[in-house]
Amino acid sequence: MLSIKNLSADVDGKPILKGINLEIGSGEVHAIMGPNGSGKSTLANVIAGRDGYEVTGGSVTYAGNDLLELEPEERARDGIFLAFQYPVEIPGVSNVYFLKAAVNAARKHRGEEELDAMDFLKLIRTKLKLVEMKEEFMHRAVNEGFSGGEKKRNEILQMAMLEPTLAVLDETDSGLDIDALKVVAGGVNALRSKDRSMIVVTHYQRLLDYIVPDHVHVLSGGKIVKSGDKNLALELEREGYGWVEQLAQAG
Amino acid sequence: MSSTASEIDRRISRDYKEGFVTDIEAETLPPGLDEGVINKLSDIKDEPDFMREWRLAAYQQWLEMKNPEWAHVNYEPIDYQSISYYSAPKSDADKPKSLDEVDPKLLETYDKLGIPLIEQQMLAGVAVDAVFDSVSVATTFKDTLAKAGVIFCSFSEAVKEHPELIKKYLGSVVPVADNYYAALNSAVFTDGSFVYIPKGVRCPMELSTYFRINASNTGQFERTLIIADEGSYVSYNEGCTAPMRDENQLHAAVVELVAMGDAEIKYSTVQNWYPGDENGKGGIYNFVTKRGACRGNNAKISWTQVETGSAITWKYPSVILEGDNSVGEFYSVALTNNYQQADTGTKMIHVGKNTSSTIISKGISAGKAHNAYRGLVRVTPGADNARNYTQCDSLLMSDECGAHTFPYVEVKNPTAKVEHEATTSKIGEDQLFYCKQRGLDEEDAVNLIVNGFCKEVFNELPMEFAVEAQKLLEISLEGSVG
Ligand SMILES: Nc1ncnc2c1ncn2[C@@H]1O[C@H](COP(=O)(O)OP(=O)(O)O)[C@@H](O)[C@H]1O
Ligand SMILES: [Mg+2]
Repeated sequence: MLSIKNLSADVDGKPILKGINLEIGSGEVHAIMGPNGSGKSTLANVIAGRDGYEVTGGSVTYAGNDLLELEPEERARDGIFLAFQYPVEIPGVSNVYFLKAAVNAARKHRGEEELDAMDFLKLIRTKLKLVEMKEEFMHRAVNEGFSGGEKKRNEILQMAMLEPTLAVLDETDSGLDIDALKVVAGGVNALRSKDRSMIVVTHYQRLLDYIVPDHVHVLSGGKIVKSGDKNLALELEREGYGWVEQLAQAG
Repeated sequence: MSSTASEIDRRISRDYKEGFVTDIEAETLPPGLDEGVINKLSDIKDEPDFMREWRLAAYQQWLEMKNPEWAHVNYEPIDYQSISYYSAPKSDADKPKSLDEVDPKLLETYDKLGIPLIEQQMLAGVAVDAVFDSVSVATTFKDTLAKAGVIFCSFSEAVKEHPELIKKYLGSVVPVADNYYAALNSAVFTDGSFVYIPKGVRCPMELSTYFRINASNTGQFERTLIIADEGSYVSYNEGCTAPMRDENQLHAAVVELVAMGDAEIKYSTVQNWYPGDENGKGGIYNFVTKRGACRGNNAKISWTQVETGSAITWKYPSVILEGDNSVGEFYSVALTNNYQQADTGTKMIHVGKNTSSTIISKGISAGKAHNAYRGLVRVTPGADNARNYTQCDSLLMSDECGAHTFPYVEVKNPTAKVEHEATTSKIGEDQLFYCKQRGLDEEDAVNLIVNGFCKEVFNELPMEFAVEAQKLLEISLEGSVG
């Protein structure tokens, strides 16, 4: 599904990722944990193809194709979704308009007919329930004036609408209280399926109580320093990140 | 649908004959300007003496005036002797018999915009008074309007049919000597639109005029006068397009609005005159004086403009708030690309008590273009409790373009409350990436963000006009992010 081999990348000429290896199979959920500044968001942005994140070595293969060849919008239409750590505000553009444009861009790419307003509304109502969002949110400008929790729910709503094959969730838990976290995790869990892989990026183990991963990787200093199952997350929680930083230095 | 369309065609053809100014042999006057040219113009139009004298007096004033130099625009001096001051369709065969013939270029542009003019404007119940070069050639839905007592005709026709209204109101808002271009227009204006809404009447449809420049080397000088009598309401839409041409062409219009007590005028403009090519060659000089007067209590005047065209735009639609509790509004989107220059804004002159004004200006600069907002808020000593809110936002699409804001505030009454907010931002890399990550390509992403930026202004436009404006922005911005 996704195969990352010896990937290194620079940001502003500074090496951040230093040889990442990661294999993700269909339907698998991988958690990536690591201290602040370890390169988690950088990895997410490289997968999504953001400008300014320069790949300096290695390869990324997605569904058998060279992912790094593709423009960000092509990756998106091919089923890669990034839930942003900091969702972006777009003043004056209603959420519903934005989502419709996104959904129809993907449908057009797949050679499907664009959804008309009625069908779209029907679809969106079922998805809104998933993240317990009120319909009035659809008529507000994209993320403008949303609370932290609302922004994160909105990301999951978009994910639910776009039905990606690979979802990268970048610190979807940050800034959420426990109730909001449960809602967001519930939404994510409902979207787990054998055809959908996920990379769940988080700083804290807490999220993984609710979204239970198949694999856990620890990122430090731009490298994956340890991989394991969900118990690795608990271990990290007990030992703290100082432990992995030692591991990184040792490796 | 099609039977309705042909019915409209039939009505237009008929009204067109009735609405046509006069059966003249006129062609294009040779270039040049002197008293003789003005007399000739007046002859061609078969004008009453008062009009001829008004023109000649204006010409004398203009001779004593100087080209203004304070605007934030640069251009070669205009040679007024090289301009022809009148042009009309030459023969009957050339005169349009139906809307399709009125303006094929215009229809083409609207096709490109995805809006069939006939369907969007006519079937939507919009009356069209199209100006083909200097002469009004098609006027529609006059019957419906006549029943309501509304007068909507070419300016030339109004001079003959309603001289008392012309004498009373012409120049009453924009005096002849107001500025250089207004004086020139007063001397040589050729045609335009006239609207009168009687007391208590809500105009039964949106009124709409399309102007376009046709013949080469012909300055176009429209004159528009709209009078909303007590308690009346009218919404007037003006759209402009011009074909490609290499020579710079002067467009110096004057628009005067008069709103009596409890009356409301909404004036919307979508302007996409030829902006010149990507090297800055050619394009229209758009030097326009637009002003409205709220003459009575509780009167309201709103200007909404979307300006995407012209090589140079110099335009400040203004409101004089004379009546107590009167309201002035200015909503503007000005987009400049390549070498386009725009210096636009508004003046809100508070005279009456409890008057309020709102200014929302959205400037978008791309390429090497410059865009300036220039606004004056004046509160005179008697204007107790005047309120103004001004918001100027600038969006930069490239590193080479510029945005400038020149707010002038003159407050002579201590009870006034004047607020001003301004922002300038480069189109956000984070916004673009967010859109792309959701599958939108760069162009769609730019359009989405720009349309969002302009939302507050588009909301003020009539529906069909808003759709047009949105598409125009998209066309104007093609490939402009850098
Ligand atoms: N746009 C950027 N410009 C410069 N440095 C950056 C940028 N983004 C990230 N970095 C740097 O890259 C490193 C990794 O950051 P990031 O991937 O955001 O870490 P994480 O998400 O794990 O907290 C940090 O040292 C950060 O300062
Ligand atoms: Mg991060």
